[in-house]
Amino acid sequence: MRGLSVSFAGQRGGFALDAGFEAPGSGVTALFGPSGSGKTSVLRGIAGLERFTGRCVLGDEVWQDDKIFLPAHRRAVGYVFQEASLFPHLTVRKNLEFGLRRTQVKPTIGFDEAVALLGLDRLLARGPDTLSGGERQRVALGRALLSQPKLLLLDEPMSALDRDAKDEILPYFEGLRGALSLPVLLVTHDIAEVERLADHLILMRNGSVSGAGPLNDMLVGGALGLKTAREAASVLRGTVAGYDADDGLSVIGVGGQRLLIAGRAGEPGAAVRVRIAARDVSLAAEKPSATTILNILAVTIAAIEPVSEAEAIVTLKLGDDTMLARVTLRSVRQLGLQAGQAVFAQVKGVSLVAGANG
Amino acid sequence: MSLDDLLPPITLTLSLAAITAFLLLLVGVPIAWGLSRWRWSGREVVAAIVALPLVLPPTVLGFYLLLMLGPNGPGGALAGLWGGRTLAFSFPGLVIGSVIYSLPFMVQPVRNAFEAIGERPLEVAATLRAGPWDRFVTVALPLARAGILSGAVLAFAHTVGEFGVVLMIGGNIPGKTKVLSLAMYDYVEGLQWGEAHVLAAGMVVFSFVVIAATMLLERRLRRVAQ
Repeated sequence: MRGLSVSFAGQRGGFALDAGFEAPGSGVTALFGPSGSGKTSVLRGIAGLERFTGRCVLGDEVWQDDKIFLPAHRRAVGYVFQEASLFPHLTVRKNLEFGLRRTQVKPTIGFDEAVALLGLDRLLARGPDTLSGGERQRVALGRALLSQPKLLLLDEPMSALDRDAKDEILPYFEGLRGALSLPVLLVTHDIAEVERLADHLILMRNGSVSGAGPLNDMLVGGALGLKTAREAASVLRGTVAGYDADDGLSVIGVGGQRLLIAGRAGEPGAAVRVRIAARDVSLAAEKPSATTILNILAVTIAAIEPVSEAEAIVTLKLGDDTMLARVTLRSVRQLGLQAGQAVFAQVKGVSLVAGANG
Repeated sequence: MSLDDLLPPITLTLSLAAITAFLLLLVGVPIAWGLSRWRWSGREVVAAIVALPLVLPPTVLGFYLLLMLGPNGPGGALAGLWGGRTLAFSFPGLVIGSVIYSLPFMVQPVRNAFEAIGERPLEVAATLRAGPWDRFVTVALPLARAGILSGAVLAFAHTVGEFGVVLMIGGNIPGKTKVLSLAMYDYVEGLQWGEAHVLAAGMVVFSFVVIAATMLLERRLRRVAQ
């Protein structure tokens, strides 16, 4: 299926929106930016809840252009709002059935399937007011999926939840990626959510799009200012190569090299994504031998950029992948680091940000 | 004292109030919906007109209604359709007057209830493929049901207690337009304290039961998901 093409312009109060982008027809695309940057307005425009001038096309369906404006109920979107907004007068079961009963298409996800996917079986007879925040959001997600959308819109679905509820619901959002081929547009201002869930990233600032591309390209590319932030990180795709039961370590193949990660990452051959924070990477000119650091990768320096009086961000090539290291300028000088040089990256921390379907 | 004298005003009053409340559901709920949703400048003018009976002396309202229902008004023209001359001094006339007089008691609580729903549940319903009419019937009405019940009960009770308007347009005709409050007045005028006592005490008990039952039902309606 072809992707989503959006371009909106308009004025709302004192806020001007002028945003256009293309999103792929599969995977999770994060609409990322500070609050007030217009992310939610864009999402509401796509759903038909708000009318801007411009166009909105999903695949070969025109939802809005110069002549056409389909009302919200004629667009095949699933929308999950920041607060779950379950119908308080209906039980969980009837909430879930609300969209399912009204859909015109042959269901591709059935009631039982959605209930199993989101673990809702014990909640069906209850009223929304008896559910926890995380449970409510799971029901809202199931309700949206059961309306058989061609595009799933998630408007900061986890921002109203506390940490425990977030940890509870995140695996369900991750599980969606494997279970459904549905394209997802996720609005968020939390970079951790982006790293965990997104395949593509669209960055918004002050009502317009300031950049868009595949996730890691955006994280390590210079244009967005993400790489110079203290929490800069790269997210790499890898494949589980095996598990060393003696040491309790999983072996992950990344860019033709191996990373060791504590714990069982998945079955051999499973795709995973790993996050490496720039601060957790140090560089050595020669391969260190006596060290507690397990992961030492042979990399090539692509660029060195000072980010403060004392520190620099070094962009490293690992095969076709790119990762970042945050080091002091003094080290850069003492080791004589320069672009094109082959060095060793010592990775102190690697974390698995998404499971088997990443 | 005989039951035969007491019964006609009671049945007349109850049927007038029931018919009025029913018609007000049909008329008042759409008006309340319009007032709560439409963003246009004339909205508060409509709201003020609907609220007029709250402040107008019943006799003023009754006076104008009398003119409208009489042979030279639109009511007279309407009565002409089935060979009548006037709607004044008739039961249909009383119904029309009561609907207008009790309109704000229906519209206000229902409008408040619709406004309390907010946009969100209706937006959610729209993203779940529910069209405008579907949203009104399956989301707005059920979520406003406590307010709609309040409005209907208030309209009913207010009609039962009506005096000035029915006196002006009904003419106090026994069995036709002599409602409970007028009968009560007549009994007191005629020093028939026994009958007055029965009617008055009956009204107190009846009103208490209606209000208590409504409050209990309303609390249930606000709580339960079905």
